[in-house]
Amino acid sequence: MSEPMRIRAQAQGDKTTVRVLVSHEMESGQRKDAAGKTVPAWFIQSISATWNGKTVMSAQWGTAVSKNPFMQFAFKGGKAGDKIAVSWVDNHGDKRTDEAVIA
Amino acid sequence: MKSSLFGLAALAAIAALPLTAAAQKSTAEGIAEYRAMLADGNPAELYEAKGEGLWKEARGPKKASLEQCDLGKGPGVVKGAFVELPRFFADTQRVQDLESRLLTCMEQLQGFNAGEIAKTRFGAGEQKTIESLVAYISGESRELAFNVPQSHAKEKLMYEVGKKMFYLRGGPYDFSCASCHGEDNKRVRLQDLPNLTRQPGAGVGFGSWPAYRVSSGDLWSMQRRLNDCYRQQRFPFPGYASDATIALGVYMGVNAKGGASIAPALKR
Repeated sequence: MSEPMRIRAQAQGDKTTVRVLVSHEMESGQRKDAAGKTVPAWFIQSISATWNGKTVMSAQWGTAVSKNPFMQFAFKGGKAGDKIAVSWVDNHGDKRTDEAVIA
Repeated sequence: MKSSLFGLAALAAIAALPLTAAAQKSTAEGIAEYRAMLADGNPAELYEAKGEGLWKEARGPKKASLEQCDLGKGPGVVKGAFVELPRFFADTQRVQDLESRLLTCMEQLQGFNAGEIAKTRFGAGEQKTIESLVAYISGESRELAFNVPQSHAKEKLMYEVGKKMFYLRGGPYDFSCASCHGEDNKRVRLQDLPNLTRQPGAGVGFGSWPAYRVSSGDLWSMQRRLNDCYRQQRFPFPGYASDATIALGVYMGVNAKGGASIAPALKR
């Protein structure tokens, strides 16, 4: 059901910068639809990234994060050709993992 | 007493002016900085990726892809097509913009009902498909210069009609497109309003749609942009992909000649 993330990772010196564009509604639960009914909250609760299977970033998100969020982080290590995987879980229990190769 | 107080206040205002000007960025600079910060992660990219998939996917009652769709540069040619639209198409005998052309292709190749899609509200049903398709197609012409053709008689006619539309005043506020977009250095609230009657304004304005609107979290096509312009003018809504909207597209597109397309762009 969910759509792919766009992940770009670039190694520079001893540091790798990862930029992720996540496709998600991130509904806050505060909005009402045209009929006046509350639009139920629907958002990513946790997101994490692994480098060659080792977790390098993990975060807990809430309703304050925007729709289709953009996330950037850097970690020590990583070289061109290594694999980066980003996964999220939302409050519906939906999961998604996408992979990219460090450039 | 009163006048001297006034004078004092005026003096203080003058004295404060250069200070604030030096310390603060102009509003336009501030917005440009905000856009640059967001540009790195423009969610329009998500729509582009989705649109490419939809272009190649066999869909609709006829289970066909859009890969044989002729956007003006031959069947299936996407690259560079966007900066030469709207243009005259011999098969439909009409000048068409990107979205009216997509409706034609979706009807002829995929068997969708174009009239039905035109009546669907923005962001719903097949209109959602078109959002992604326009993001993909415009993205394939990124950084290319606008060159909307004016060789066919109907293209010239549409330019003149578009010009008339642009200057047509009406509605309860007696507004025209030109009220906001006919002069340099105008703005609405904090947004700069490009002068769409000539370069560079036309290239900046016409060349940044379709765009992702951060405030609504949607990708807006040119048709949706025009629809909202008419809403703000308190005009009746123009028909989706109607000749009136296409004529405006021709007028702006021709005025934008030589300007680079940055679509799908990012808007506040």
